[in-house]
Amino acid sequence: MAGTAPMIAADELLERVTQVPGVRGSLLISAIDGLVVAERLMDGIDGRAVAALVASLMQRLGRATTAAGLEPPNFVHLKGGSGSVLAAPGRDDVVLVAVVTPDANLGRARLDMLDVVGRLT
Amino acid sequence: MRALEPWVAAPLQTFINESAARLILLMTTSGQVVAQHGFSRSVEVMTAAALGAAIVASTEELSRTMAAPRFGAVVHNGSRQSCMLSAFATPRGRWIGLVVFGSETSVGLVQLFFDQMVEELVMVAPKEQAPAPMLAENFEDELNTSLKELFGR
Repeated sequence: MAGTAPMIAADELLERVTQVPGVRGSLLISAIDGLVVAERLMDGIDGRAVAALVASLMQRLGRATTAAGLEPPNFVHLKGGSGSVLAAPGRDDVVLVAVVTPDANLGRARLDMLDVVGRLT
Repeated sequence: MRALEPWVAAPLQTFINESAARLILLMTTSGQVVAQHGFSRSVEVMTAAALGAAIVASTEELSRTMAAPRFGAVVHNGSRQSCMLSAFATPRGRWIGLVVFGSETSVGLVQLFFDQMVEELVMVAPKEQAPAPMLAENFEDELNTSLKELFGR
């Protein structure tokens, strides 16, 4: 079926991100709707909440940078006490999000995420 | 924000603050209004309640026809504002939430905080028996009384 191909591709791309050490899950979300497009998450992570809140954050960051006369961010690292949320906006208002532990390999996660969003069609 | 039952006010206010929704209507499945936020005229509330209850009834009948589980929510996406309708069970019977929101928020945020509000409502709802279904001959009087209370006139 032609309609299933993009979902398989998205799943494979998410799998690549979740293979990075310390990544607890990754999602593709819609920045406009705040809804999950595809996800690969460990138990205990509420993908719906992550999608809604990260989409809101990305929209506000976009507005803030535009108001400051800057380009919208191409990568966001939100550091928390027990881990981080990474977000990389792609085309068509899709955002790739990863939830990572404090000891995650952030450099590799960033590189892989930027590569993955570049491959999204 | 006005609520006919005081225990509804706190969860609804939290939802308003978190979701940035423009208009909210909580009602029973028969269209009896429980609380509202953002409406300025009682006729708007009456119309929205009747239409919202009818849409939910239609979608629930549609899901029955399709032998599918009830739809969680119905979302109408608009260019300037959108509308979400969602029915949910409470200890006081089945209620409907009608939420109108704009581009300052998203359907994901609205659904997330709506579900949290429903959980809070279920937790704080008095455990007394739900009121009996309203009879058709009392409906108009009950509706007018609740609208007067909601709009304070």
